Amino acid sequence: MQRTTWLAYGLFGAAAMLALLGLGVGSLGLEPIWVMLADPVAAQIVWDIRAPRTLGAWAAGALLGLAGAVAQGLFRNPLADPFLLGSASGASLAVALSLAALGVSPFAATWVIRLGLTGAAFVGAVAAVLLTLTLARGVQHTFRLLLAGVVVGMVLGALTSMVTIMVPEVLQAMQAFMLGSTGFVGWSAWSIMAVVGALCLVAAISLSKVLDGLSLGESTAQSLGLPLLPLRAALVAVIALATGTAVAQTGLIAFVGLAAPHLVRAVVKTTYSRLVGLSSLMGGLLLLSADLLARGLIAPQEIPVGVLTAILGGGYLLWLMHRRSS
Amino acid sequence: MWRGDFQREAKALWVALCVMTWALVGQAQPIQVVDDRGRTVVLPSPPQRVVSILPSLTETVCELQQCHRLVGVDRFSNWPASVESLPRVGGGIDPNIEAIVALRPDVVLVATSSRGTDRLESLGVRVVALEPKTHADVQRVMNTVAAVLGLPSGEAQRLWKRIEAGVDAAARSVPPTVRQTRVYFEVNRAPYAAGAASFIGETLTRLGAQNIIPPELGPFPKLNPEFVVRANPDVIMVGDRNFAGLTDRPGWSRIAAVQRQQLCVFSVDEANVIVRPGPRMAEGARLMADCLNRHLAP
Repeated sequence: MQRTTWLAYGLFGAAAMLALLGLGVGSLGLEPIWVMLADPVAAQIVWDIRAPRTLGAWAAGALLGLAGAVAQGLFRNPLADPFLLGSASGASLAVALSLAALGVSPFAATWVIRLGLTGAAFVGAVAAVLLTLTLARGVQHTFRLLLAGVVVGMVLGALTSMVTIMVPEVLQAMQAFMLGSTGFVGWSAWSIMAVVGALCLVAAISLSKVLDGLSLGESTAQSLGLPLLPLRAALVAVIALATGTAVAQTGLIAFVGLAAPHLVRAVVKTTYSRLVGLSSLMGGLLLLSADLLARGLIAPQEIPVGVLTAILGGGYLLWLMHRRSS
Repeated sequence: MWRGDFQREAKALWVALCVMTWALVGQAQPIQVVDDRGRTVVLPSPPQRVVSILPSLTETVCELQQCHRLVGVDRFSNWPASVESLPRVGGGIDPNIEAIVALRPDVVLVATSSRGTDRLESLGVRVVALEPKTHADVQRVMNTVAAVLGLPSGEAQRLWKRIEAGVDAAARSVPPTVRQTRVYFEVNRAPYAAGAASFIGETLTRLGAQNIIPPELGPFPKLNPEFVVRANPDVIMVGDRNFAGLTDRPGWSRIAAVQRQQLCVFSVDEANVIVRPGPRMAEGARLMADCLNRHLAP
């Protein structure tokens, strides 16, 4: 018990320290910090660009970490990741369609501009999860849900390829979305993520009994007298909402959702009520540090953060795997 | 008499006052343009600090003789040479918001598809989004950029006339046999082709050559390689990054262009000139005309 508390404090403290550091990392380095008081543009860079994107990286990572923990519990599969229900491919397809529509008709273009790529990505992510649910005929069968998610992911991914083949001008812009970046997160985007994150966390913690039950097996969960059907639907909603929000604001960011729960489990063995919170903190810390590296490594240029999370998360997971087996 | 003088003087004074006010108002007149998103952008005065994150827009600003107003460009802008020394603010699709804001631009010129537009606007930066895709777009975008920079409308028209004259001259330089020449322009090895509806296709049409891609396939259709073999083009145009292995593709050795070695392989710099819908389109037309001249008997 003691250990989980310490881990939570540690993760939070590290994130807070990195967030402070984040105010000083960017294409201009530390300079805007020194001249901030005298120079309104420097102040704008620190408070309106670096601060929200730093907190935004933390919030997006937390959303993915949370969704990852819930997904792994719900599917009783340690390899489940938050994009398993098709949300990522749904978001990609929606972004590809809106980019293509920009060039096609002025009518479509006005709608795309009104909704924005962010709105389109969110709608696409949630729609893909709904499609998965429809195909799986509800949430009662985990295996069917998993399979439907894979099918939806494949088919929507193929449709996205179709769109980019028909309208190759969107290829480059699509690539930017696929790589993921926190560079466009402002205060409004951050507050959306923070509010959704808080809601999802509360929901996930109150539903954690189901996840604990499910980890003992489906029939055990049933025998505990839990109303599995509505609770499962609620968990799917949490995953959809959390990933949809993160993907819409930052694009596709790989591995954070998969790696965060594993990293927590490598340190402590605990119940889901604690795991979801710790996994959020871990995810936030992961993406925050990846974002700092992305901004700082080759400054004044920037590496898309999604590339870094894949390298770092993948590498660490591999190391963890080897250490366990040896 | 005396009274008449006074009246006349009063009138003159009144006229002078009117002229002065008009001049003052005229000077402080804000610039108002509608960009390709259909959004009206208002600039309080002609911008002196301009950031461009699309190579063709960078080139347009410079060809309007306003290169000195550029304070930052994207990583792909490389012409004219003077822009190479400017700060780089990321690419058109992944602009570095912090670097742009730090340059304190009066206006940022971006492509319509750029992802950073909303974010920049929410930070109070004025953004004009433009998307030149066709010859007609180039002319329209030139007028808009000239208007944004507060230049008299004659400037853009003069530049456009010069470009048109250049394209016409390139077209005159190719022999009449070009009308029977069937050309395949490969954009990349997928292969994507430049159709008749694309910017490159329009230039080909102006030169009088035939494009093997019919207009109904759209600007950049993804082809089956078999289509090219069947169409049997007389000349193949391709950038040297995509040329490697082209002649070894199955069946391609029988294409007339490959058999007669009528291949135009453009260097990276040349390809940049040809594919960018901007003020260097006359130069691009000349590069393509030179290629046709090399391979066509007069």
